[in-house]
Amino acid sequence: MSDQAPIVVVDVGLGNLRSVERALRAALVAEGMDPARVRCASDPGALREAAALVMPGQGAFGDCATALHRHGGALAKAVGAHIADDRPYLGICLGLQVLFESSEEAGGAHGLGVFRGSVRRFRDGMIDAKGERLKVPHMGWNQVLPTDDAAAAWLGRAHWYYFVHSYFVAPEEASLGCVAGETDHGGRFVSAVARGRLWAVQFHPEKSQAAGIGLLRAFVRGLP
Amino acid sequence: MTVARRLIPCLDVKNGRVVKGVRFVGLRDAGDPVDCARAYDRAGADEITFLDITASHEARDILLDVVERTADEVFVPLTVGGGVRTREDVDAILRAGADKVSVNSSAVTNPGLIEAVAGAYGRQALVVAIDARRRDPNNPGAGWGVFTHGGRVDTGLDALAWVREVDRLGAGEILLTSMDRDGTGLGYDLELVRAVVEAVGCPVIASGGVGSLEHLALGVLPIAEGGGGADAALAATIFHDGHFTLGQARDYLRARGVVVRDDATPEDR
Repeated sequence: MSDQAPIVVVDVGLGNLRSVERALRAALVAEGMDPARVRCASDPGALREAAALVMPGQGAFGDCATALHRHGGALAKAVGAHIADDRPYLGICLGLQVLFESSEEAGGAHGLGVFRGSVRRFRDGMIDAKGERLKVPHMGWNQVLPTDDAAAAWLGRAHWYYFVHSYFVAPEEASLGCVAGETDHGGRFVSAVARGRLWAVQFHPEKSQAAGIGLLRAFVRGLP
Repeated sequence: MTVARRLIPCLDVKNGRVVKGVRFVGLRDAGDPVDCARAYDRAGADEITFLDITASHEARDILLDVVERTADEVFVPLTVGGGVRTREDVDAILRAGADKVSVNSSAVTNPGLIEAVAGAYGRQALVVAIDARRRDPNNPGAGWGVFTHGGRVDTGLDALAWVREVDRLGAGEILLTSMDRDGTGLGYDLELVRAVVEAVGCPVIASGGVGSLEHLALGVLPIAEGGGGADAALAATIFHDGHFTLGQARDYLRARGVVVRDDATPEDR
């Protein structure tokens, strides 16, 4: 156990968190920081004491939103308060998507609404410039192009990251300022957003080899 | 800018040891799957696959320990297959840290397993492995049969009908091995690869027969350019023997116009 405030991987009960934990520990070691600071938690109290939240998640938007709003929404409130205070947050995959308001995938489910916009599905039957069929889910390694120098500082310039998803975030006009990175799959889609100490990405840094560990190192660097 | 074609080295593991020795420089223990996986990770593999060929189901814990230790330090997707029979097997392998489980014989005997796993973990967690053999070696028009139990059992299924069925049931990917070509070094059965790529919507991993870099390129080049059109190329011997590094393979593919990941990650942040 570390004496420093923990880096909490938020457990909403969706999927395996261990790969995210392991990659975060590797990033902390590489930065000369204490790997014991990483822990998984699902109770709002533990989230309030966190130096940083990491929200992973694979699966369905609806399941994630439901889990966050369960029990009177205590978890959603804790995560929302953390973000509202501009404390460090890293969203991965569903941890990006739930920052938006709604998803095509789950009609009635509400996200956290940190950003205006919705989550949409890739169209079936897309083709690329060579006339080859593009597949859904978008699975494999693809490049993330940062929108500016501030984004490049943590995303790198055209680094390759590992993606597995069928849905992507579509910010509305009012939230377009959050876009930090874009990726091409039958057209550009938003693959990373940022606002203050909040970063969120559609890809999986924990599965993206050196590029992914580099991103996690940039996230933990300078944490209180 | 588009999703890259993937290069996947495959390690055969028996009782916790790599069967066909990996001849890399700088390996501490060429028979240790964790060491080999780490070396492939450093060399720029896009994914790593373990195929467990341990005969005894009782030795499962050894494999799970290998998976767990690999996942501790390898940060690319890890697929584990071989002898996966039940939902409990799948749960244990994913819990140990694998990202995908590959099922073969058990998908044929129990197709419900495909739906159950895809439903619980999502399609991306499930690879359906298919061993196909030509009904007539000289005539692809005669089709391909599906074989299980390491090629010993003819299921009587037609490979194209079966891939359509597993795609429908929820396979996230199809790992397609040509029994005719496996171990020959003569290259993928491109007619088989093309037929399957055109039959299904999910990604296809070509396997069996790679003996040269040209073979890898042909597997993943577009069908319109004479390739197989697969999304990923899996190979064992060509990488294990150290004749070619993954870096050389990637450079070759890039020169042939294939989009591949550039793993050179400059310290620009």
